[in-house]
Amino acid sequence: MLTLADTQFSSRLFTGTGKFSSSKTMVGAIEASGSQLVTMAMKRLDLKAGTDDILAPLKASGVKLLPNTSGARNAQEAVFVAELSREVLGTPWIKLEIHPDPKYLMPDPIETLKAAKMLCDKGFVVLPYVHADPVLCRHLEEVGCAAVMPLGSPIGSNQGLATQTFLKIIIEQANIPVIVDAGIGAPSHAMQAMEMGASAVLVNTAIASSRDPVAMARCFKSAVAAGRDAYLAGLGITSSVAQQTSPQMPLTAFLES
Amino acid sequence: MSFYDELKLLSREQLKLALYSIGPAEVERALVNSEGDLSSLMALLSPAAEPYIEEMAIRAAEITRQRFGTNIGMYLPLYLSNLCANDCDYCGFSMSNKLKRKFLTADELQQEMNIIKGQGFDSILLVSGEHESKVGIDYFCSMLPLVKKQFSYVAMEVQPLEEDEYRRLVNLGLDAVMLYQETYNPTTYQKHHTWGKKQDYRYRVESPERIARSGVDKIGLGVLLGLDDWRLDALLLGHHLSYLERHYWRCRYSLSLPRLRPCTGGISPQTVLTDKGLVQLICAFRLFNQQLEISLSTRESASFRDNLYGLGVTHISAGSSTEPGGYSNPKSQLDQFEINDDRSSAETVNAMLAKGFTPVWKDWQSEWVNLA
Ligand code: SF4
Repeated sequence: MLTLADTQFSSRLFTGTGKFSSSKTMVGAIEASGSQLVTMAMKRLDLKAGTDDILAPLKASGVKLLPNTSGARNAQEAVFVAELSREVLGTPWIKLEIHPDPKYLMPDPIETLKAAKMLCDKGFVVLPYVHADPVLCRHLEEVGCAAVMPLGSPIGSNQGLATQTFLKIIIEQANIPVIVDAGIGAPSHAMQAMEMGASAVLVNTAIASSRDPVAMARCFKSAVAAGRDAYLAGLGITSSVAQQTSPQMPLTAFLES
Repeated sequence: MSFYDELKLLSREQLKLALYSIGPAEVERALVNSEGDLSSLMALLSPAAEPYIEEMAIRAAEITRQRFGTNIGMYLPLYLSNLCANDCDYCGFSMSNKLKRKFLTADELQQEMNIIKGQGFDSILLVSGEHESKVGIDYFCSMLPLVKKQFSYVAMEVQPLEEDEYRRLVNLGLDAVMLYQETYNPTTYQKHHTWGKKQDYRYRVESPERIARSGVDKIGLGVLLGLDDWRLDALLLGHHLSYLERHYWRCRYSLSLPRLRPCTGGISPQTVLTDKGLVQLICAFRLFNQQLEISLSTRESASFRDNLYGLGVTHISAGSSTEPGGYSNPKSQLDQFEINDDRSSAETVNAMLAKGFTPVWKDWQSEWVNLA
């Protein structure tokens, strides 16, 4: 079981709501994924119309909602969106996303830390989306975030774990859950993140943009479960040590004399 | 949760059982998957790892060279005082020991520093016994600025202090604090600390956390090898280290692994740690933590020390005196313990160079600290 703030999750696969062809496919995929936490962009909700093709089916499906601040370009805007979502959706959970760069949607570390601190102080359950920067993750943990969500590669790029080296350091050091977000394009990427010891992964594009999102959601479900089990069982090690030649004079020969 | 609370949740019996029932397969696995993994550290410290000592040494040498090159940091202890209000049955400074007591005046301190400086050292370790009224925080605060004028890197090995006292010292330029737990077995701890403030096991266990919060650059941890089962003590030291790294990541950490040495009125070791055992221990910690600094004092013999460069040791003292005023007036019989490697620093360095290692005298710039 994964505990995030005060909530327990039996599934370590989190999903999103963007890029689906219809809300029916979206709900079908979410159900097939087994996911219990689903993120959703506040900017997508049509608050004035009162009805919504995303929110209503999501609510009906019973998953926990994780509103996100996607679209915000600085801390102030993100805090505004979070306040709005708490008011409208009645949840203090917020996935903090700040990307001032419209091309690659790279998260802004400085504004994210600023907003995270403000939101934690206001009692939000903050899950920040960040670059795979170990020191930034330390800072976010210190200001009280419930988890960190470092990226595997640029969002929506399906390139997998390009940041693997840094994700390893983050996972080693964190005292809060590490959720690998963005860039996971195939079930094997998700499995790899889980084998490394990630607490969970968030997958959206890879499922939504597949030819058969429901089938793909199912594949991710088993990949995440298998990766987690492999991590717990302890991976065998690819070794270079066994083939090493010993130095001519053993390093510990002095102990014999 | 402080480390003291975490420690309470660990069962010593279960850990010990696990440590002594480890088999070769677990050691082989640990050899290639050692970093940051406490169960691997346990395997490498176990008796089952003894036949693998050469493999451990090769791996430790590789990692050490990759991280530290051929550098060996040079430091020297300067004893401020041998006054002590505690009784620790392994230490020559114990209160009940009949011993001429003294603490350095500012002039005497200056004399000592001139000699040490003259040998080329720029990193110094100030040592004293525990005597609140005469050698307490006010004394340290008055002496530290004098020391900081001459040495870039200043470490202290004195009684545990309060957090705000550490902060005062850090503001005066203190760079590092060495504080050794001696043993993580509370029963053994009580047995050897028979009088005085040091009897408070919990206060000592929690000290590194207070030190870390004061913003110091480096914290030195250690156990006195020989007081209790060294394998288990070393393993718990590993637990302590990883707790601190998890919670106080801005600090650097170093390790000291002193073996119990003869001293006036002192006890002899309960469990003997052989040379081979000490090599195993050093290599195990290097495999566990690549960044960890490991320092080796002159308690160890010259030939043994010369063989340990490269296996994980990163800092050494040389030409040390362990008595207050001992550099200006050697052999006044005020020592804390007997020195084993009594070569001068120049002799030590020559032997080091011959082995292909490089002494590093200066590795710090004090002006950069406390700019904020
Ligand atoms: S070990 Fe420290 S506290 Fe104990 S007697 Fe020696 S100097 Fe005093």
